[in-house]
Amino acid sequence: MADFVSDFWNLYVIVLTLGSVIACAVFLYFLSRKKVKPGAVQTTGHTWDEDLAEFDNPLPRWWMMLFYITVVFSLVYLALFPGLGNLQGALGWSSTGQYDREVAKAEQTYGPLYKKFAALSVEEAAKDPAALAIGQRIFVNNCAQCHGTDGRGAKGFPNLADNHWTWGGDGLAIKTSILQGRMGMMPPMAAAVGNEADVEALANYVLSLSGSPHDTSKVALGKEKFAAACAACHGAEGLGNPMLGAPNLTNKIWIYGGSLAGIKETITNGRQGVMPAWQNILGEERSHLVAAYVHSLSNK
Amino acid sequence: MAHSADPSPGVEQTILLYAPSKKICARATTGRFNTWRWVFVFLTQAVYYLTPWLQWNGRQAVLFDLEARRFYIFDLLLVPQDFIYLTALLLISALGLFLFTAVAGRLFCGFACPQTVYTEIFMQVERWIEGDRHVRMRRDQEKSLAGRLPRRLLTYLAWIAIALWTGFTFAGYFTPIDQLAAGILQFELGFWQWFWMLFYAFFTLLQAGFMREQVCKYMCPYARFQSAMFDRDTLIVSYDTARGEWRGKRSRHEDYKAAGKGDCIDCGVCVEVCPTGIDIRDGLQYECIGCGLCADGCNSIMTKMQYPQGLIRFTTLNALDGKVAETAIRSRFVRPRVLVYATILLVITAIVFTSLMLRSPLQVNVIRDRGALAREVEGQYIENVYRLQITNKSHELRTLVIRSSGIDGITTAGDTRIAIDPSAYATAIIDLRVPIAVAEAMTPGAHKIQIEVLSELEPSLAVAQKATFFIPR
Repeated sequence: MADFVSDFWNLYVIVLTLGSVIACAVFLYFLSRKKVKPGAVQTTGHTWDEDLAEFDNPLPRWWMMLFYITVVFSLVYLALFPGLGNLQGALGWSSTGQYDREVAKAEQTYGPLYKKFAALSVEEAAKDPAALAIGQRIFVNNCAQCHGTDGRGAKGFPNLADNHWTWGGDGLAIKTSILQGRMGMMPPMAAAVGNEADVEALANYVLSLSGSPHDTSKVALGKEKFAAACAACHGAEGLGNPMLGAPNLTNKIWIYGGSLAGIKETITNGRQGVMPAWQNILGEERSHLVAAYVHSLSNK
Repeated sequence: MAHSADPSPGVEQTILLYAPSKKICARATTGRFNTWRWVFVFLTQAVYYLTPWLQWNGRQAVLFDLEARRFYIFDLLLVPQDFIYLTALLLISALGLFLFTAVAGRLFCGFACPQTVYTEIFMQVERWIEGDRHVRMRRDQEKSLAGRLPRRLLTYLAWIAIALWTGFTFAGYFTPIDQLAAGILQFELGFWQWFWMLFYAFFTLLQAGFMREQVCKYMCPYARFQSAMFDRDTLIVSYDTARGEWRGKRSRHEDYKAAGKGDCIDCGVCVEVCPTGIDIRDGLQYECIGCGLCADGCNSIMTKMQYPQGLIRFTTLNALDGKVAETAIRSRFVRPRVLVYATILLVITAIVFTSLMLRSPLQVNVIRDRGALAREVEGQYIENVYRLQITNKSHELRTLVIRSSGIDGITTAGDTRIAIDPSAYATAIIDLRVPIAVAEAMTPGAHKIQIEVLSELEPSLAVAQKATFFIPR
């Protein structure tokens, strides 16, 4: 891998590094020797407060040897490890190599554990406390940011603990949602529905589906609009369609809020719900355990 | 200091600014201080070598399990969150050192520092195998290597054996020592266990066998800043110049006082016994580790000469100058510097011990969900989610109950009852709920609440943590 745009910088680093190391050794050799008159008291030559001088007491010789050892050490190090420009070093060490080795080692340690659970179905794994403990840890670290530590979600992020599923709630469907992600697309329907009064009527009809408080005088018009604009995805009865991720509108569970204003907003401007795909981040086996944990939340 | 002995005056010559180290062959001595030194060698080493073998309630009494991050000291179980106690220990050690130094100089250096203790052990081994100072020095001058080599090798082997045992004991504080012993016999240890054992053994050998006083002179920072704790009432090993000078040889029956000589017969024993190779008669020096061996050596000569003891002794500068009587030295221990060090030491020790005694066996950290601050549940509650990280710092399994308070009608749902194994930790996920009617009457924003974790069987064992409850707009 070339880190430099031109070969000049490669050479520049090599020359500068080796030059500095060698210069250290040369300076050390010459500066550790001094011409003196015998018998004279050695001072540093500095004098403070008129007559306060500093003795130039020698350091032990082994101390100087330590300096030479550092020079030898640095040369050996530079020969073995990458450090001189683009040279890779005799050992061929690299940080990505080390990372890969550590991943491989972890794989060796934990692989059999994951394999054991991967052999079970999601539903079976959801009954194993050890699998749930691992699943919970992965969930808290990766999923809780949106879905909440307890998995009960928040506005825009579905509750995973209530056994109502937009995209299907069996083990396989949950695992698929995790691995491949989901794109929940409610298009802006204002133009298709009509004017503002039509939207208001439609929203009241949607509320009536779940038996929520609504303006009964507007339901008839709303029903008409629903059949024209919404039934294709949400079904004629508003029961939703897990194939499309169209939510069931009859159960008082609202991802984006169940107030009249909230529903009107949803109809007028649409909603974009994105569950990212975790295949590349968690991998198949860990996603399997997360699916088991999520499944256990609503099937205690 | 130039260390050349060229006799031709005035001619410049090139010297190396780094001095070759002089070999110190300390002579054996007996006496009060030497006895005390060995008492401390045995005490400190008995504690060091035997502690890992102690058993307590079916496990190693003192074990620092770095991998599990659990530190066992008899009944005490420390976790990484208790790291502050290590700081406290260092603080107490440092202040203790200051106090002893102010009273009696470098007592720690001479009697209890691992560096001098191991040096003393290694020197004694050397004496047993190769003989005392004069024998070794004579052998060193002999030309024949073959004559010297067997004893030297035997010394090295003995040193290596002691060093290996020391390294093994060191590793035994971090890995159960019986497993470690078994692992060595079967040659089945991990890389790091071998590494630390051999690393510690190597440095024991290097520092006690070869570096010795060089460590005290050039590496130890304490030697350099201890003079800040000294004053004129500090006990130091000193040569009584007024009594000793002028030093010189004399015949046994000579009236040396009439000849203007002092009590020092200039026999050089004080220099020969010194483990750092200094001459105490030059006055207080930073190389002096306060071991008192020169005083022992000198006293043995004074006895032979039938002179009074104590030409070299532990005394203070004020006493030497005659400002304080020798008998009154102890009364000078009570002085502001000593009192201040002692008071701070006492206060900190008391605080640390009180806090250790009152320490709760439960450690609770509250982490609230940040992705979603609050949510409405079924038109009835406002709900906040919290994650509780609970560590059980005791040796019993504990069943804990989690409650909350601070807002009218607040309820706790989720993992409100949780069992945690001894010395393990667990995560509890809880939902705190406030009725909508209450929430609507409150100002939007964060409200202070308390989350309480208490033991089901001993309700007195409770930990309360502050937290906030968020009411949305």
